[in-house]
Amino acid sequence: MVKYLLKRFARSILTLVIIISVVFILLRLMPIEGYFQNYEKLTNEQIQAGIHNMGLDKPVLIQLKDFFIQLLHGDLGTSRIYRANVPITEILASKIPISLQLGGIALVISLIIGLPLGSLMARSKGKFWDKFGTAFIVFVQAVPAAVYFLFIQIFGNEWFGFSMLFSKDNYSTWIMPILSMAIGNTAYYAMWIRRYMVDESNKDYVKLAKAKGVSDNKIMMKHVFRNAFVPMIQYLPTSFLNSIVGSIYVESLYSIPGMGGLLVDVVKRQDNTMVQAIVIVFACVGILGLMLGDLLMALIDPRISLNKKGGAR
Amino acid sequence: MAKFGSCRVKLEESVTEILRAQSGPQNDRREGKSGRRDEILRAQGSPQNDNRGGKSGRQDEILRAQGSPQNDSRGGKSGRRDEILEGESGLQNGNLSEKELFEFAGYDEACAEKIGYSNYSYWGSTLRAFLKNKVAVALMVVIFTILLFTFIQPYLPGQFEPNLVNNDASGKLLRNVKPNSEHWFGTNSIGQDLWSRVWSGTRTSLLMGVCVAIIEAVVGIIVGVLWGYVRKLDFIFTELYNILDNIPSTLVLVLFSYIMKPSVTSLIIGMSLTRWIGMSRFIRNQIIIIRDRDYNLASKCLGSPTGRIIFKNLLPYLVSVIMLRMAMAIPEAIGSEVFVTYIGLGLPIEIPSLGNLITSGRDLLMNPGLRYQLIFPTIVVSIVTISFYIIGNAFADAADPKNHV
Repeated sequence: MVKYLLKRFARSILTLVIIISVVFILLRLMPIEGYFQNYEKLTNEQIQAGIHNMGLDKPVLIQLKDFFIQLLHGDLGTSRIYRANVPITEILASKIPISLQLGGIALVISLIIGLPLGSLMARSKGKFWDKFGTAFIVFVQAVPAAVYFLFIQIFGNEWFGFSMLFSKDNYSTWIMPILSMAIGNTAYYAMWIRRYMVDESNKDYVKLAKAKGVSDNKIMMKHVFRNAFVPMIQYLPTSFLNSIVGSIYVESLYSIPGMGGLLVDVVKRQDNTMVQAIVIVFACVGILGLMLGDLLMALIDPRISLNKKGGAR
Repeated sequence: MAKFGSCRVKLEESVTEILRAQSGPQNDRREGKSGRRDEILRAQGSPQNDNRGGKSGRQDEILRAQGSPQNDSRGGKSGRRDEILEGESGLQNGNLSEKELFEFAGYDEACAEKIGYSNYSYWGSTLRAFLKNKVAVALMVVIFTILLFTFIQPYLPGQFEPNLVNNDASGKLLRNVKPNSEHWFGTNSIGQDLWSRVWSGTRTSLLMGVCVAIIEAVVGIIVGVLWGYVRKLDFIFTELYNILDNIPSTLVLVLFSYIMKPSVTSLIIGMSLTRWIGMSRFIRNQIIIIRDRDYNLASKCLGSPTGRIIFKNLLPYLVSVIMLRMAMAIPEAIGSEVFVTYIGLGLPIEIPSLGNLITSGRDLLMNPGLRYQLIFPTIVVSIVTISFYIIGNAFADAADPKNHV
């Protein structure tokens, strides 16, 4: 077990190193305009001096080495355009808590709605609620998120009078962004819990319980749901990644001062160092999520043995 | 089964009789069991058969791996039962007289050489199973109509150029015209005809989706087959997969389109960069599961060339997965395109795509009168993506040999 954990951890670190290197090297290919705030007005000498100051004239690999050393000291560099010469860590520090709060609440809500919806669907298999839920799931999974986010925004504003813009102190403005972020994962959880519950309720022990005269409610809650919930943990990583993407959309849609909105901003303004830093942070979050999912699964389900060689993973 | 001659029936009668006498209850039990198994299989193959998520696949494969041997044995069993039943029905039909029944059947060389033959054809069964799903068939028709229409639309009379800025008779810009008989979807803020822009955009988006799907299939299959077949490569590929799989594909796409100049090609490459990984994993796992099955060994021993083994023995098992992933690639590519355009890295406005129509429609969110500019593209996007999603799932179910019995 410990061996597996170490291996899994080492693999994550390796992935991270590779991603950071690739991101760093690729971004060196960008035009140098992305490093100056008012590139057009600068003279050639100023540009050369600037490049020299930033160390951009060194060979790429040496820059990469410097960057890793910086990174180990917790320094992501400084922003050049978005907010000139402000350390990126400082900018991010003010943005991350909001994203984290929204994302966390959204994840909890999607569990609170998704799991009961899925169990309801499993219980009324083939009847109205099942069909309704399936339609919902197909819609959410197939249609691009941007489309229904826009409609949530329009109708939330028109029918319920929620503000289209986010404000930290007014909690009614939190409703629509959180709802938008939660909707994708809700469908995802509902889909899988339904499937596992249907699988589970065809097993012999359920039949036995029924024959013993245990009530349907009790069977569903005590036996089927519990057993069906275990494999759900493997979807945690994917929902992690889902919420990253969701946050990019939603945060820029409602002008939420968080990480996702920031990424859209800096991409539009072509701030290379900021893009690099944010992509790296998101990659870290994604990799962390995947790793946590694998670890949780290994811890919770004793049937999964991870030391076997030759598996897909 | 009807192809077994009557002599076969005669030969088997006595056997049937004995079997029936002995195994009445057994037979019932077997029936009960296979019925239940059917249910389970159906539960597995229910509408949510989409094994799209990265992790989700693992469970599927486990199920499939467990499911198939069972299934095989069931096939064998039920086949035998059919014969028995046929024997019975032959008896009951009474097309043989009492006297004939108790005569020796005699030796007929042709009959003895006859082998059991079922006219099972993979694609025929797939088609039949698919046609049973009425919703999917209806959507298939819709999709074909849309596809056809996107291609013939520019050649229809009275169409506008998607990038043409329209002026009215007095030379004024036809800005934000509501839908009318001339401009069916109205015009946008600089007077371009939205009808033709929507169809041109659908064309672009579908083209990207199809390209991504094809690239995914080609690269995924090649890598997957190598990974699964060549045992020496397994370790390298597995380690490589473990690293690559951790990279969030959205970020790859964002980064790639940030670095490259946005164009149709660069978006296609950006989207394909990560998609093949999942596909090759699926193929590899399937191949490892199937490659050493007894029937493949038998087939090899009987001297089938590798090509025949691949096309007749392996491919039918893989088609459902491949088709599902290809069908899913299209809505996902459209979704990614909308996403990338949305964060400002999409195609330039001169190349209409569903993504940039929706993004420009979004700017008019505050103005209820102009909302039609957002609604038309979103309706088209929804129809296209939902159709592909449902068709993909239905086809995957239909193409799965397990559902053919």
